Amino acid sequence: MANPLKCDLCSKPATVHLTQIVNNKVHKVDLCEECAQAKGVTDPSGFSLADLLLKASLNPEPSAAGVRCEQCGFTQNDFKKQGRFGCPACYNAFGAIVEPMLDTMHKGTAHTGKVPQKALARKSLYDRLTKLELDLTEAIKSERYEDAARTRDEINQVKHAVGQKPTS
Amino acid sequence: MTIASLIDTPSELTDAASSKTAIVLMTRVRLARNLAGNVFPGWAKPAQREEILNACREAVAAMTPLKRSLSINVEELSELEKQILVERHLISRELSGAKAGAGVVISKDQTVSVMINEEDHLRIQVLRSGFQLKKTWSAINELDSALEDRLDYAYSPTLGYLTACPTNLGTGMRASAMMHLPALVIGSQMEKVVRAVNQLGMVVRGLFGEGSDASGSIFQISNQTTLGESEEEIIKRLGSVLNSIIEHELNARQKLMEADAGKLFDKIGRAYGILQNGHVLSTTEAMNLLSLIRLGVDLGVFPDAHRCVIDRLFIEAQPGHLQHSQRGELEAGQRDLLRATRLRGEFANFTKPNFTLSSDGPN
Repeated sequence: MANPLKCDLCSKPATVHLTQIVNNKVHKVDLCEECAQAKGVTDPSGFSLADLLLKASLNPEPSAAGVRCEQCGFTQNDFKKQGRFGCPACYNAFGAIVEPMLDTMHKGTAHTGKVPQKALARKSLYDRLTKLELDLTEAIKSERYEDAARTRDEINQVKHAVGQKPTS
Repeated sequence: MTIASLIDTPSELTDAASSKTAIVLMTRVRLARNLAGNVFPGWAKPAQREEILNACREAVAAMTPLKRSLSINVEELSELEKQILVERHLISRELSGAKAGAGVVISKDQTVSVMINEEDHLRIQVLRSGFQLKKTWSAINELDSALEDRLDYAYSPTLGYLTACPTNLGTGMRASAMMHLPALVIGSQMEKVVRAVNQLGMVVRGLFGEGSDASGSIFQISNQTTLGESEEEIIKRLGSVLNSIIEHELNARQKLMEADAGKLFDKIGRAYGILQNGHVLSTTEAMNLLSLIRLGVDLGVFPDAHRCVIDRLFIEAQPGHLQHSQRGELEAGQRDLLRATRLRGEFANFTKPNFTLSSDGPN
């Protein structure tokens, strides 16, 4: 005999089996009586399957259980508890967990909307500045003073573009 | 601007001049944004939250639509003030219960509000009365682009705007409309509508969002997904879903009128009687009665000009607004008495229903 289905949220025996079609994708959730009540599944107007699916897809996979975000210290367990991430860098750290979720959760898996042009342009200038400053240090260290002078001029141009004071 | 003067200033919702749209009461668009390189609010330490709050408040308050706005720390608000802001849809329930280091900036006309350190660093919202999806989107898009001048958003070329919860990734946009659908409720068709709307990737919720009931036959319909479609595509799709719901509601009204106009008029007439003479009214009952009067306006039983009165009362009958008008906190029982008194006052001079003109159907 097949094992009785377990609740996707708490692993008690599941008695409520829900199928919903969103964007032509079939989503199935199995819940125990209590979780179904708590999540308001019985009330069709106030119930969002997306949140449930999010939690349900977080059943720990042994391989990824030890992943931790270097930036903010967030762990996969934290994510399982809260359903939210710790910082923007978590999306890199937990990429392997997030990607399969996105397909069920969203219409597509790649962003096709607005691009923050100004913020991105500013970021690329800052990145350039960091690199140039490294180059400058490098050039001075190896006594390539002509290169250093040229790099310093470039740094000043970039600094002007981002509204900072030039280096003398 | 102070919170006291904001509360006493008429809001877009309470005094909307353009409340002529019969079925869509209000359109809202919100964008979730976060600062690059900063921990999300739920995981940030108190000092980090404070720092983010200050940086965001300064940037947000400098925006043109938010000049002379109310910019306030949630801790500075009383429970009642928070409740009033929730009832006006200017802050979320989540923000009203937030820990230290959360705030909100609200424009003087109360069409723009920016919550800081709710689930994301920034929750930008623009609301307009009536059915104005495109205008609302272009207003918020402009504000968002202006904010970008001052703040570095967390963004990934593949995942779009990075949000604390992966359900908001991509555009970070939730566009919604608040709809008055009494005939679909009376005709028990709402469940069917909810299911159909879900299949189209849209969500139906009650008046105050997730988990709230649909008293007054008022529902919020919004997009469920945020990734894989552009903002314009989402707006367009939502718009066509809303139009088809409007059509269904109008058909349902016509059917009710054809099947048994007497029964429908009886409901409206009784609602009028209770609002004029009742002495104890709970929020839910008041909302449901007001909803019937609003349907009456749409059917021509009451003059068109009364629609905005009802829309104002939908908000003023809420517990927070009621207690504010009394300058003090009241128990639920006292509130029900006061609510009935207020409504009796409003309806004492309300035009009498005219059931003869409207027998040829809605609109």
